Amino acid sequence: MQAFADLLERLLLTPSRSGKLRLLTSYFSTAPDSDRGFALAALTGELDLKSIKPAAIRTLAEERMDPVLFNMSYDYVGDLADTVSLVWQGERRANRAPPLSEIVETLETATRAEAPRLVASWLDGLDATGRWALLKLIMGGLRIGVSARMAKVALAEFGNVDITEIEEIWHGLAIPYEPLFAWLEGHADRPSPDISAPFRPVMLAHPLIPKADRETPDAVDASLITPEAFAAEWKYDGVRIQASVEGTARRIYTRTGDDISHTFPDVLAGMSFQGTLDGELLIRAEDGTGVAPFNALQQRLNRKTVTKRQMETHPAFIRAYDILHDGTRDLRALPFRDRRNTLETFIADHGSAQLDLSPLVPVTGLSELDKFRMHPPAPEIEGLMLKRWDSAYVAGRPAGLWYKWKRDPFLVDAVLLYAQRGHGKRSGFYSDFTFGVWKGDVLTPVGKAYFGFTDEELKELDKFVRENTIERFGPVRSVTPEIVLEVAFEGLQRSARHKSGLAMRFPRINRIRWDKPAAEADRLETLEAMLPE
Amino acid sequence: MLRPDLLLQPTPKGLYCPPGDFYLDPVRGAVDRAVISHGHSDHARGGHGAVLSHPHTLAIMAARYGQNFAKSTQALEYGEVIDINGVSVWLTPAGHILGSAQITVEYKGLRMTFTGDYKRRWDPTCAGFDPVDGTHVFISEATFGLPVFRHPPTEHEMGKLLRNIADFPERTHCIGAYSLGKAQRMIRHLRLAGYDAPIYIHGALEKLCAVYEEAGVPMGDLRPATTDDTSKAAREAFRGQVVIAPPGSFEGTWAQRFPDPLIGFASGWMSVRQRAKASGVELPLIISDHADWDELTGTVREVNPDELWVTYGREDALVRWAMLEGRRARPLRLVGYEEEAG
Repeated sequence: MQAFADLLERLLLTPSRSGKLRLLTSYFSTAPDSDRGFALAALTGELDLKSIKPAAIRTLAEERMDPVLFNMSYDYVGDLADTVSLVWQGERRANRAPPLSEIVETLETATRAEAPRLVASWLDGLDATGRWALLKLIMGGLRIGVSARMAKVALAEFGNVDITEIEEIWHGLAIPYEPLFAWLEGHADRPSPDISAPFRPVMLAHPLIPKADRETPDAVDASLITPEAFAAEWKYDGVRIQASVEGTARRIYTRTGDDISHTFPDVLAGMSFQGTLDGELLIRAEDGTGVAPFNALQQRLNRKTVTKRQMETHPAFIRAYDILHDGTRDLRALPFRDRRNTLETFIADHGSAQLDLSPLVPVTGLSELDKFRMHPPAPEIEGLMLKRWDSAYVAGRPAGLWYKWKRDPFLVDAVLLYAQRGHGKRSGFYSDFTFGVWKGDVLTPVGKAYFGFTDEELKELDKFVRENTIERFGPVRSVTPEIVLEVAFEGLQRSARHKSGLAMRFPRINRIRWDKPAAEADRLETLEAMLPE
Repeated sequence: MLRPDLLLQPTPKGLYCPPGDFYLDPVRGAVDRAVISHGHSDHARGGHGAVLSHPHTLAIMAARYGQNFAKSTQALEYGEVIDINGVSVWLTPAGHILGSAQITVEYKGLRMTFTGDYKRRWDPTCAGFDPVDGTHVFISEATFGLPVFRHPPTEHEMGKLLRNIADFPERTHCIGAYSLGKAQRMIRHLRLAGYDAPIYIHGALEKLCAVYEEAGVPMGDLRPATTDDTSKAAREAFRGQVVIAPPGSFEGTWAQRFPDPLIGFASGWMSVRQRAKASGVELPLIISDHADWDELTGTVREVNPDELWVTYGREDALVRWAMLEGRRARPLRLVGYEEEAG
């Protein structure tokens, strides 16, 4: 447990992704087998521990110390797990730190009444960091800035395998994953995905860069884009998924292999076929035919349970792009042309309110496609997908087969209002920027961006922030509203959580408009006009 | 016996001794006569008339404020007793930093001990805390006077630092440490752990490290972290090295000179994880020059005074604890002592 606790603490405090990956791989290579398995389950959110209510933890602490002193401590620290871990005084005779595996296995068989006693005895044996980690674990929610995806990336690095190889078998594995670690360490063969409707690694596209725009090695010559060579489809702004049915098993995976079936029972109900489809998960617009904006889908994502009402107001469906398996045959080696034919028949037979077909866009040449890309028929379309007719379905991001060609980002000229200090490589630099636009004669914040600029520009912005600070709020400074930033973003939605009433998708700083006076920055009305209807 | 508050009384300028006519660690304005516990700037201010203190503290004050920091100075070794207007005064090691002392005053059979800042664990840069026997009134600091403050063993925290240096050889290990006391202690701990590479220090540390060297605390190979050489090679040379600087310096542009800095902070405040996270500290080192909760309460039990006065920090919690123990205790609520050295 102590090693796991140290890992969690360092993960919490390490801001950089590469640093976190290093910590994870180093832990996987040193921790004993079942411990690292349970740790992996905890990090990927698969560990379903019997939770203990905060009130019970508090009672444990107050049995050991004066409640007034406990309250003074809690007031000072502010977080229950942190407070208890710090004030807890172990009984000297019980100084044995239990391994993580023992904690998990013992809690599994303990009754609700026994659990707090067990926890108290473990707290006795651990140091402050260990107690903190244990309490975080059993009170639910680690919140240490590590996603399930990152844990799997670390596993792939640890075993020196491709992450798709892990994603493919992930759902067939059971905690504490001994066969997985044995394979990654080279002691055993790769475990086979022995579940029904397994995940099949997804094929991804490269961005299309026409040679006319930029002479880079991966730029595409316009003459290659012909109706004979390429098919085109709309690129929808939803969540790319894989829908798989085998026997009675119906599953929906994200493109990284996370099983999100439980969140979409309405879609599962409409999947009356056998096989595996690649598609986009979308929400039906209120008119019953169109596609709702991305934030409608966000209302349904990342939920443990979904209510009937949510399914009625935000009905989800799949728009199918491709077919990987038709229930009898694996089709991935066939050319896209054959798969597309199969898919069209397949959807004609099995389509439902929860499953339809992604239409093809006619291809004549690059310039015509460019028009489609820039002026898609609906705001929920973010561009085009170009797929070679002869492309097999290849896991990962193979070169030269599929391209995504997004419409240009929206641009707005906004004024820098606040800056926050960065971490890691950006320690000492003000690198997170909040910007605003004019609403009447005041500037109202509309977004925050922390990339898009060059190192050189970062230095200049940092210098500006330091020389033009108005006020300091901890790591944040407000600055004289003088600098205009050209901000690029992918979309705009209404949001009650933001002061401006708007939320930007994927904002970044396109360039710094040193030339432009703040008075000439854009107005809120300009942004509002960019909202989808 | 004399009433304690006739011998030492809290005033806006600090603790005042009427029969001796002197102040202990006066916090506001200049006074005619001051007895000073240790060299941190909130306890040792410049400009007083006569200053009585341990020779190391006088050396520290001279390094910080210049030779003429007071009209006159008098050095007092630990255990040496001096008479000021009939009040006996002597110093006992407080274990806080080099030269730090508890100040004991005795008059008409009443003995009172003011701890200044103190700690109980081993510090290779100064004499260890020595409890004063027979003290009637014990006047204790309480900077970390909450049960959440339980500093782990120093070796454990130094182990974290050394492991980090080994694990991240491509990063600059920037350790924030208060320029007087903590910085020198960190350097000394590193040296004792076998770290004999050069240690790069902020300009603010130079004079004080020299005072420590002078006092017989070897610092090893120290080099300035700030140089005029702005070449890429000079910058790259910091990778894998240890830089020690006052904590605030890593928030300024000063840290930009180092490649991929890993920011650490050696302080008792670091035990509160979210506090470390919020201040952008990647490597919190819970190393404090103050007594933690167990040291505070343990020391009161050991000294076992008739009465406990609590000067500054978390008075309420320590007074509450004393009440639960059946001890007489009162908070003094002295203001003006900042947390220069956590």
